[in-house]
Amino acid sequence: MRKSFKLDEIDCAMCAQKLEDAIKKVDGVADARVNFLTQKLTLTSEDGADFNDVLDRVVKLTADVEPDCEILR
Amino acid sequence: MNKKQLKWRNRIIVALAIFAVVMAVEETGLLESLFGPTGSVYASFVFFLIPYLIAGYKTLLEAVHNIRRGDPFDEAFLMSVASLGAFAMVFFPETDPHMAEGAAVMLFYQVGELFQSYAVGQSRKSISAMMDIAPDYANIEQDGGLAEVDPDDVAVGSVIVVKPGERVPIDGVVLEGSSQLDTAALTGESIPRHVEAGANVISGCINMTGTLRMQTTKPFGESTVARILELVENASEKKAKTENFITRFARWYTPVVTFSALAIAVIPPLAGMGAWSDWILRGLTFLVVSCPCALVISVPLSFFGGIGGASKIGILVKGSNYLEQLAHVDTVVFDKTGTLTSGTFNVVAVHPEAGIDPDYVLSNAAYAEAFSDHPIALSIKKAYAGDIDQRRIKDAREESGHGVSATVDERVVLVGNDKLMAEHGASWHDCKLTGTILHVAVDGAYAGHIVIADVVKADAAETIKDLHDAGVKKCVMLTGDRRDVAEAVANKIGIDEVHAQLLPEDKVNAVERLLADQDPNSKLAFVGDGINDAPVLMRADVGIAMGAMGSDAAIEAADVVLMDDKPSNIARAMRVARKTMRIVWQNIVFALGVKIAILVLAALGIANMWLAVFGDVGVAMIAILNAMRCMRVEKL
Repeated sequence: MRKSFKLDEIDCAMCAQKLEDAIKKVDGVADARVNFLTQKLTLTSEDGADFNDVLDRVVKLTADVEPDCEILR
Repeated sequence: MNKKQLKWRNRIIVALAIFAVVMAVEETGLLESLFGPTGSVYASFVFFLIPYLIAGYKTLLEAVHNIRRGDPFDEAFLMSVASLGAFAMVFFPETDPHMAEGAAVMLFYQVGELFQSYAVGQSRKSISAMMDIAPDYANIEQDGGLAEVDPDDVAVGSVIVVKPGERVPIDGVVLEGSSQLDTAALTGESIPRHVEAGANVISGCINMTGTLRMQTTKPFGESTVARILELVENASEKKAKTENFITRFARWYTPVVTFSALAIAVIPPLAGMGAWSDWILRGLTFLVVSCPCALVISVPLSFFGGIGGASKIGILVKGSNYLEQLAHVDTVVFDKTGTLTSGTFNVVAVHPEAGIDPDYVLSNAAYAEAFSDHPIALSIKKAYAGDIDQRRIKDAREESGHGVSATVDERVVLVGNDKLMAEHGASWHDCKLTGTILHVAVDGAYAGHIVIADVVKADAAETIKDLHDAGVKKCVMLTGDRRDVAEAVANKIGIDEVHAQLLPEDKVNAVERLLADQDPNSKLAFVGDGINDAPVLMRADVGIAMGAMGSDAAIEAADVVLMDDKPSNIARAMRVARKTMRIVWQNIVFALGVKIAILVLAALGIANMWLAVFGDVGVAMIAILNAMRCMRVEKL
């Protein structure tokens, strides 16, 4: 499953890259894109993984990596 | 500025004010008279720490946070180490340390960051304003009145009402009403389009004059406007080589510079080449310049700006990589019909025999073709100005693919090719023009012929010239048409190479051969009208589809989509791509050049901390301002 979320807010390219790399390593994440220009996270979960569980983990990780950035869902 | 940025700005202003006061007090020598020569160093340490912490506490916390996560190499870390290092010079009071520099590094870093955040936010906003073609609501008829609903909730086949001044929310067909539509947001075309009942309307256009009742033919998510927005937003995901290079570069650049800084601070003093304080300061200066953010931000921003700007003039680029490749195109291959020619047949000449009125030839042909809806018949009827009185026609019939015959006002009219003439014994002769020749004979006597051809678009010749001027070496035309027709068109507009009489599958082979002959450093673009040429669009380095308003297949298969059908936009798209790449390289060369120069000067002990702050923040600001130029494409 693939879904996009608005981010509030990620304001540098380096941080976006760092966040993207970190999210890609989360369990159940097949692919992730963080776009700091459109302020969007596009998250693709692996087949068979519960998307909401994956999203919960991603939200938790984001709070840790980029405390200033919130995923709006 | 948003709330966060406002708070941030206020914090910086307070810190700058305190910094100025402390600096003034220090310069007057007041501290020295109060605390003595050594004591004043400690005093200024304490005083400068106040603005430093006000402005930079967040950065310090971030650096600590990152170190705890085991991922320390980012700018917060570099700036924290550099500024804390400058403050740590307090341990060498005898070297006349400058506490001001430590605070200044942090302060100017913050000013630069705030500016960056503001500038990026600003360009993000103007790009999204450019793409602000998304409708907020749709009016549906409900209980005799109108209700505003989310376009997403409108089912296919519903009847919606679009009032003047509103944006068409969903693709559909007009049921009732007529109006002028402003399609500028989609095509960049400023002339409004007239629509009335039965016309297809695509979402994103602005209804200008009349109220339209229309029936939707697609859900919102599949409507033109939603597809375009999705396409442009996702465009920045397909990264250009240059972008990937910068990302990779940033990954090793920061650690390398950090360790070099450490080496500079430690090795020379250990080797007895000078005082610790001097070399540590050089190492710290090194650190300040080491942040690659000027590149990391400005390069993607340039691409995003170029893509956004292009979409404003009706050129959709599906990714930064395609923009980059478009800039390197030196061979453009056109599929003739629908790109260079309009793809519709028109009467281009009427050649009567001596003593016969051209109108006589045309009117007889129009009458004979009156009941046919073959494209050729339609073009003759279009060219004939008068009305056709069908009562005057008898016995109209098709003549086995050679033409038609009919009795008009008791006279037998034959309209068709040379075989038809030969069959009926009329003495026809050939024409010097290329195209489809229709001979007309009345009662067995040859009256003349009509030449019908696909019309070359008005700006086709100009496009080829513009492309050549823009550095394209070869313009190639592929067509299924006869060789003489193809060559006539090619000569007229200045095409370099023609491949005629091709079957659809031959087109892929022709492009394959051209690709094989291609210089590996340059790219090949294929331009088609998106109908039947999806395989070629995919095979070319850059597939360009034009006249794509409403054509899903074209939007799907192409890398660059021209919303209207003017070929001159191809040259325009190339100019946008070249400009973007020029700005990207300007920034790369400028930012790296300045940084390397300052790094060398810092290692030699010539550059001070102030210059280093410029090398980081100043360079980033200039690069961002330069990148924002990519959005301005109107004059290209």
